[in-house]
Amino acid sequence: MSGILVVSEHRNGELRPVSRELVGAAVALKHATGEPVRVAVIGEAPERYVAELKLAGVDEILTVQAVVDAFDPEIYEASVRALIEAREPSLVLLAHSVDSLGYAAPLVVKNGYGFASDVFGIERDADGWVATRSGYGQKVNIEVDFPGRSVVVLTVRPGSYKPVETLAEPAVSAIPAPAVMPRSQHLGFEEPAGGDDVNIPGAEFIVSIGRGVGEEDNVEQFKELADSVGATLGCSRPIADAGWLPKARQVGQSGKTAAACKLYVAMGISGSVQHMAGMKHVETIVAVNTDPEASIFTIARYGIVGDIFEIGQELRNHF
Amino acid sequence: MKILVPIKQVATLDEDFEFRDDGRDVDPDFLIHDLNEWDNYTLEEAMRLKEGPGGEGIEVVVATVGPESVDEELRKCLAKGADRAVRVWSDALEDADAVGVARVLAALARRESPDLIFAGVQAADHACGATGMALAGLLDLPHAAVVAALDYVPGSHSATVRRELEGGSYASVRIGCPAVLTLQLGINTPRYASLRGIKQAAQRPIEVLDAEALGVTADALGAAGSASRVRRMYVPEKGRAQMIEGTPAEQAARLAQIIKEFGGAA
Ligand SMILES: Cc1cc2nc3c(=O)[nH]c(=O)nc-3n(C[C@H](O)[C@H](O)[C@H](O)COP(=O)(O)OP(=O)(O)OC[C@H]3O[C@@H](n4cnc5c(N)ncnc54)[C@H](O)[C@@H]3O)c2cc1C
Repeated sequence: MSGILVVSEHRNGELRPVSRELVGAAVALKHATGEPVRVAVIGEAPERYVAELKLAGVDEILTVQAVVDAFDPEIYEASVRALIEAREPSLVLLAHSVDSLGYAAPLVVKNGYGFASDVFGIERDADGWVATRSGYGQKVNIEVDFPGRSVVVLTVRPGSYKPVETLAEPAVSAIPAPAVMPRSQHLGFEEPAGGDDVNIPGAEFIVSIGRGVGEEDNVEQFKELADSVGATLGCSRPIADAGWLPKARQVGQSGKTAAACKLYVAMGISGSVQHMAGMKHVETIVAVNTDPEASIFTIARYGIVGDIFEIGQELRNHF
Repeated sequence: MKILVPIKQVATLDEDFEFRDDGRDVDPDFLIHDLNEWDNYTLEEAMRLKEGPGGEGIEVVVATVGPESVDEELRKCLAKGADRAVRVWSDALEDADAVGVARVLAALARRESPDLIFAGVQAADHACGATGMALAGLLDLPHAAVVAALDYVPGSHSATVRRELEGGSYASVRIGCPAVLTLQLGINTPRYASLRGIKQAAQRPIEVLDAEALGVTADALGAAGSASRVRRMYVPEKGRAQMIEGTPAEQAARLAQIIKEFGGAA
């Protein structure tokens, strides 16, 4: 067993950017270990995505034809199993994405592969592959290994590796599609509902509130605070889930990306990976949190250990 | 019909904490426990079906893999209306990862043969996002992850689910039942337990089993049945936040200055 297999992702006819990050991870490991890198694409017309996957450092692109283009967990599971059997990689990299959440674990349990999810560090030492992920709300790092496993499957946290952008000319091979009788059927995609007229992606200055606001009645004062400092009000997921603010204000993986934001003030937000996915690129992040160990402080430029109500109250005096 | 709802007791860290002597986990004395946030939604969804049209005959069974202290979380679920609670534990499960836990849940599910299994997308502590789907794999049942809406008429052979994707879009999927679904936050509005419910739950029995009684053999318990092994746990190097110290007034003044500098620059 040798080599690194990357499984790319696409949706609605477009390759998902995280695919190039996975290639970045694999190519870095190739430099460290000499293992060849293969990139697989599974789809109704997988050739469609091949040109974009001809990336520097990739040794071979593998296509698997599927009966549908949209993600189906059982088709992906069977296809990745077939790819592993065909090329015998020792390491398989998937994105830690909504789609992989649906098939990575079934794949590994049926085949006895080693497995870790949401990893952001990968190495190999004398004992084999070693992965690093986080635990306890990202307050600790956990190093795991996979004794006795000849194949290790890892889902990689988006944003942890630099995407490969340079093109090259790797070989392309088709792997025969395994027979699958999918037990679920994709009916269609729905785009996010528009909320009120907020524009999180376009806002340059966002004040965002999280579960630290405590209850619905407290939201109003932060709305006023955002107004008075000239910011757009954003929020973390629990606030939108509770219906305290419309979904259109939710920042994060399943919400909006604060794409144009230059100043982001996160109030009472712990800094979960999924929230940070929407704001960690922002130049200046200021986090206000009562918990000095909150993981938001690891990406913020400025941190205030304090109570958002007190800080909010004091802040008002300046505007 | 029966809905199985596996739940987890999750841990957060005390402000100051120490690692266990072997360096592979936090010393349990420094952990604060609670019911996994996602599990409030999975239980609610089961209760929603039970209380909805055609749901009269639905039995909601909550189950967990964990030591005695986890009874507390099972009781929270009983207080909200779950019909039955089962806890499985063996000391050898101490080192089990998500796959190792799923093996035990799978053995329990084989005994219970539920029509639906609702697990949380992930647990708030380690966020592996693997237990529910590993269980689906072990049982070889149809499955869908990150479900944000469920349309199901009790007794039907299929359900329509809305999977929440990145960026706030959704995929609608029809799925054959029995099925395993992992449910996402926001799928419903979880209820609070009533005082009466809490009082009654304190008296209700919790069925306790060891994993071996479910036919899980020693080679599938704990580390042996897991897909990974923890080597070490450590505190990552702290990021770069520059801490703004002082009284709240001083901190706010500095924040105001940052905002004004930004305003001036924009
Ligand atoms: C597939 C998937 C997609 C997701 N998508 C998103 C997404 O798009 N966006 C998103 O935000 N989340 C998303 N989540 C949820 C995410 O995992 C977290 O649950 C969520 O971000 C937590 O929100 P929070 O930080 O507000 O709450 P918590 O994690 O509960 O944090 C609250 C923080 O407030 C602090 N606090 C409490 N009181 C005060 C006070 N008075 N003053 C100051 N600080 C205080 C606490 O110390 C704590 O750090 C997603 C999860 C999954 C699995």
